[in-house]
Amino acid sequence: MTENSLDTAGRRAADQTGGARAAASGPESLAAPEAADSATSSTAVAPPPGGGRPPRPTLGRRAVVFADSLWRPALVLAVFFVAWWFVAAREYVPNYLVPTPGQVWETMTTQWSELARHTVVTLYETVLGFVLAAALGLVTAVAIAYSRTLDKALYPIVLFAQVIPKIAIAPLLVVWFGLGLTPKIILAVLIAFFPVVISGVAGLRSTDPELLDLAATMGAGPWRTFRKIRFPNALPHLMAGLKVAVTLAVVGAVVGEFVGASEGLGYVLLLANGNLDAPLLFADLILMSAIGIVLFVLVEIAEALLIPWHASRRAGVSLTTS
Amino acid sequence: MTPAPAATGTAIGMSGLTVRFTTRRSQTTALDNVSLDIEPGEFVTIVGPSGCGKSTLLKIVAGLVTPTSGEVSLLRRPVRGPQKEIGFVFQKAALLEWRGARANILLQAEMRGMDRTTAARRADELIEMTGLTGFEKALPHELSGGMQQRVALCRALLHSPPVLLMDEPFGALDALTREQMNAELHRIWRETGTTVVLVTHSIAEAVFLGTRVVVMSPRPGRIIRTFPVELPAHRDYAQVMSDPRFDRLATDLRGLLGSAAANH
Ligand SMILES: Nc1ncnc2c1ncn2[C@@H]1O[C@H](COP(=O)(O)OP(=O)(O)O)[C@@H](O)[C@H]1O
Ligand SMILES: [Mg+2]
Repeated sequence: MTENSLDTAGRRAADQTGGARAAASGPESLAAPEAADSATSSTAVAPPPGGGRPPRPTLGRRAVVFADSLWRPALVLAVFFVAWWFVAAREYVPNYLVPTPGQVWETMTTQWSELARHTVVTLYETVLGFVLAAALGLVTAVAIAYSRTLDKALYPIVLFAQVIPKIAIAPLLVVWFGLGLTPKIILAVLIAFFPVVISGVAGLRSTDPELLDLAATMGAGPWRTFRKIRFPNALPHLMAGLKVAVTLAVVGAVVGEFVGASEGLGYVLLLANGNLDAPLLFADLILMSAIGIVLFVLVEIAEALLIPWHASRRAGVSLTTS
Repeated sequence: MTPAPAATGTAIGMSGLTVRFTTRRSQTTALDNVSLDIEPGEFVTIVGPSGCGKSTLLKIVAGLVTPTSGEVSLLRRPVRGPQKEIGFVFQKAALLEWRGARANILLQAEMRGMDRTTAARRADELIEMTGLTGFEKALPHELSGGMQQRVALCRALLHSPPVLLMDEPFGALDALTREQMNAELHRIWRETGTTVVLVTHSIAEAVFLGTRVVVMSPRPGRIIRTFPVELPAHRDYAQVMSDPRFDRLATDLRGLLGSAAANH
């Protein structure tokens, strides 16, 4: 190395001013001492000193952010409840059609143990259906994304499984598999499968072709390339698909219960309908929605943990509860 | 550091390379009978109008594209399939957006199954050498374009490849950053003795970095001429820019590229 080269001189100058300064002004200044004074402004994209990441938010700060994201939906819900209560209490609509929130609450508390049992059944069917759909969907997506032959062979089947009306095949499934959990889980899988496949294929295909070229020159086999490049790259797409899938899985389970069941929230709904028991019907609907919301939030939390790098990029664009 | 001893024989040999791409509707001849031998330790820069097959040429050397006819050899072995003894840098940094700078550099080691401690030490060396210190954990979107390209360069150098292929690596950078990167790349080449093939649109870059400049014709790409660069092996950016030999060569190249485009 010669001493009069621009960069060497710059490096020595930077060394003298110490590491903190070097980190703050960025490497651009190391190579260009004459630009060192303006380096902080010229490297506007450069992150702050100390590892180049914004500091982690404190617990208190996060609580504030959480509260901030919650008050709007809470307000809308409050308005909705007041309207409901007003309409029902003044009997603008007869109570056997729309019960008051109080009546629903009473039903919910007095019949809680029964309702909880049915909720657990539906929850079980939904979760199992969702997990199976996610696993099957991912395997199918990988097969489709990796093989042209399998793409041609599987895509029509996947599409067929999607377009066939699930309600229409529910009775058939009950005939085949009886009144147990099996037909409900199959329906949940069938309905939740499609978004997982579509999002998985889109994600796996979105890999930068140059990265794949690079992987080839690194001598890595297909498994390593999948694990280190293609799969993590597909995760944001895939998680979006899983969020849709989990809400659809609830629908699948309930449709299955409609057709033939002796337990579960769908079964309770039919029962309440038959008895014109509006409070029970409303309580049941609330529990069904609760299952969907809770599972959706769980998938969102999993997303935040799995792909924090992605969440940090769209910070501020809040479409959802997080 | 001492430059690697000049080995004998060719580092990259291309003879009679012709590439035809056949798509559903048309057939393009991307390269037409290209022959070029590159000695170990050379820094060959390739200039030519866009679409003349420069990227294709690099990909053939890397074994990512198979030529329709002709022979390629890398380190005196025929190229069959993707080659491992190279480092590749693209115009886009092509980083993994979920990994920090250091982890992105270490991807090379993980994909190759290199020894972890050796790789980590080498990564730290490169980070230091390219001035990325303090940004080891920064994610790609937190880095400027210049720094992203430094990360890509470190990744390509991690396994100390004997051959470095660069496809318009600084094409997306602003002029000032580009000059700095040129000066750095020149220093790295001098220190490592790596054989480099660099494709560029910038005549100044081609002359400043190259020991030889190859000029290609518009599609179908052929080599029109190669110019040896008669400048000292050790170059300083400001000095080279004011050197009359630089001016003369740059003018020649500009004339040749201009007439080639006009004849097309
Ligand atoms: N995979 C491909 N399939 C079809 N045509 C291609 C392919 N790759 C490159 N080409 C064509 O070959 C020609 C040369 O491309 P390229 O090597 O990228 O040129 P350059 O890098 O010099 O701009 C272009 O006309 C391009 O459209
Ligand atoms: Mg190109």
